[in-house]
Amino acid sequence: MHLSPEVPLVWYLLLSAVLFCLGVVGFLIKRNLITVFMSIELMLNAVNLSFVTFAHQWHDVKGQIFVFFVMVVAAAEAAVGLAIIIAVFRARATLAVDRIDLMKL
Amino acid sequence: MNESLHLWLIPLLPFIGFLLNGLLGRRLPKAVVSAIALLAPLGSFLVVLLASRAALPHSESYGNWITVGPLNIDLTFVLDQLSLIMLLVITGVGFLIHIYSVGYMHDDEGYWRYFAYLNLFLFFMTTLVLAGNALLMFVGWEGVGLASYLLIGFWFQKKSASDAGKKAFIVNRIGDFGFLIGLFLLLANFGTLSFSDLAQKIAANPTMTGGVLTAIALCLFIGATGKSAQLPLYVWLPDAMEGPTPVSALIHAATMVTAGVYMVARTHFIFDRSPLALSVVAIIGAATALFAATIGLVQTDIKRVLAYSTVSQLGYMFLGCGVAAYSAAIFHLMTHAFFKALLFLAAGSVIHAMGGEQDMRKMGGLRTKTPITFWTMTMAVLAISGFPFMSAFFSKDAILAAAFASGSLGKLLWFVGLVTAGLTAFYMFRLWYLTFFGETRSHDAHSHESPWSMLGPLAILAVLSVGGGWIGAGRFGAFLSPVLGTKTEELTGSLEYIMMALAVAAGALGWFLAHRMYHQRSAAAQLAAPAPAGYNLLQNKYYVDEFYNLIVVKPLLTLSKYFLEWVVDFAILGGLAWLLAGIASLSGAILQRWQSGNIRSYAAWLALGAAVLLYFVLAPHVFGAASLHLGMAGH
Repeated sequence: MHLSPEVPLVWYLLLSAVLFCLGVVGFLIKRNLITVFMSIELMLNAVNLSFVTFAHQWHDVKGQIFVFFVMVVAAAEAAVGLAIIIAVFRARATLAVDRIDLMKL
Repeated sequence: MNESLHLWLIPLLPFIGFLLNGLLGRRLPKAVVSAIALLAPLGSFLVVLLASRAALPHSESYGNWITVGPLNIDLTFVLDQLSLIMLLVITGVGFLIHIYSVGYMHDDEGYWRYFAYLNLFLFFMTTLVLAGNALLMFVGWEGVGLASYLLIGFWFQKKSASDAGKKAFIVNRIGDFGFLIGLFLLLANFGTLSFSDLAQKIAANPTMTGGVLTAIALCLFIGATGKSAQLPLYVWLPDAMEGPTPVSALIHAATMVTAGVYMVARTHFIFDRSPLALSVVAIIGAATALFAATIGLVQTDIKRVLAYSTVSQLGYMFLGCGVAAYSAAIFHLMTHAFFKALLFLAAGSVIHAMGGEQDMRKMGGLRTKTPITFWTMTMAVLAISGFPFMSAFFSKDAILAAAFASGSLGKLLWFVGLVTAGLTAFYMFRLWYLTFFGETRSHDAHSHESPWSMLGPLAILAVLSVGGGWIGAGRFGAFLSPVLGTKTEELTGSLEYIMMALAVAAGALGWFLAHRMYHQRSAAAQLAAPAPAGYNLLQNKYYVDEFYNLIVVKPLLTLSKYFLEWVVDFAILGGLAWLLAGIASLSGAILQRWQSGNIRSYAAWLALGAAVLLYFVLAPHVFGAASLHLGMAGH
């Protein structure tokens, strides 16, 4: 990954923080389960961005390797999460988070 | 140590009987319950018989029981002449009473429970007697108290029975408190509770008299007054008659109540060193003998007469102990076990014949209807009255002679004992005449003789009551001397015969008066005494129960009600509990708002928590350096 030398490190980190906060806020305020799910993905990728930034800064490949792990876990999570969402929708005919407040389907 | 005698079997067999009948008895047929219950004391009796041929004393240790610092208490059983006699009486008479109970309790629905308790009693009683140290004895001592409580309150549906059980237990606890203090004093001063070690330590210190030994002896004696129903703690024994009659015979006449006498004899080396304690024992004994005998004169319940008689005879035994005639006391203990067990069992047979009636005013004329009960009871009455050559003639004479021989106080106590002998004969013959002679005063007339399971033990005990005195006459002291020492001041020659003659004369006088008052006069006037005031005083048992009620029970109840229940229990303990409950429910009411079921609010709290955590992790790095920098700058 090549980063332009004239873009300072802090910009990347700020972008990462802004994305993360958008994810958190989306997670907290959105009612639709799929949107909530997407917010989680947004948070994960915000973190990925800061990982990559620091890997570049310190010339250490570990950060980039970590990003792959996060992606794999996110993919697995997407598979399982979407399956759950479909199951919930079939049982409740709704995806509003507020109405899914019983453990028993 | 020589070969093992398996002394552990003696208490263990009844304990197995207790476990089997107690756990399974409800589902077992009556025949099996009886077989288990009878085999246990029979087995113990046989083990005792086998052991009696061994060289005495014999002690067996079954390892350490308690080891704390320098204190070391072993599980030790000791068989010597004293415990041998006790064991023979307990298991022998106990076995007879078990047989009798099979007939007496036959129709009771608590049959299995009854025999379980009875076996439990034998377990604790044999433990008490075999114990080689005072603590093990205390275990047996408490255990027989428990068995006694369970059996007095055997018919617990009856309020008077459960009350009597509680009374017996509580009064005994007061005595046990003294016993415990005595044990602590022994430990503090000698560092051991083993009887043989204590005897050695005291013997090795011949100048040690009075003082702490008096305190120990008196504390132990307080225990004995509780268990053996002496003044002032005798009040539970008459009430204990609420239990089944065979229980009264076994526990409240023949064995358990003599535990106090046994304990004093067992620790005689302490009492011997304290003339003051011995005098107290003798005076309490003589006073109790006279006191209880006078109450017995006017009682109308056949079992209560016998109960007061028991208290009185126990007083004799303590009189014997108090004049250091321990072997005479144990001798009387043995003969008393025979004739008093017989009296109770015969009374039980009478009650059985009368269909549960215990009031002598409603009896009479049973001589022809229950001939075997009549004849065996006659033997017992003659025995307890000191009729020449019957058992109590020898044992009572031994105690009175020893009292007479021991100084001026002894002469006074001897006189008290003599008067008591006369009273004893009077109330026993009164019972005899009221029960068996005259016209029947009962309305339902189908009185019948008891079954053979009840009459057999009566016959055996009658033989023992008549001939039991010959077992010990003249040689009992010598037999017990290895345990109790040889200190007996024998009366010699003509004086001894005069003593005997006086005692017999006192008995004959009592008989004569009873004959005049209860046989020759008409039935209606029989119970009215010439002196109404004295009669009322006796009839009401000197108002001792009322007195205790007034000074002990009532204040305690009042204290419990107004202070303990309302202030301590309701206000303090209850208030504390309410306070804790209030805190819990208040915090619950606040905290339950978090548990809204709203996922997004959980997520919000999660995020907030993460933020706070992050702040505390990062703050030292971000602001810490700055504040450090500021601090440096300000310097």
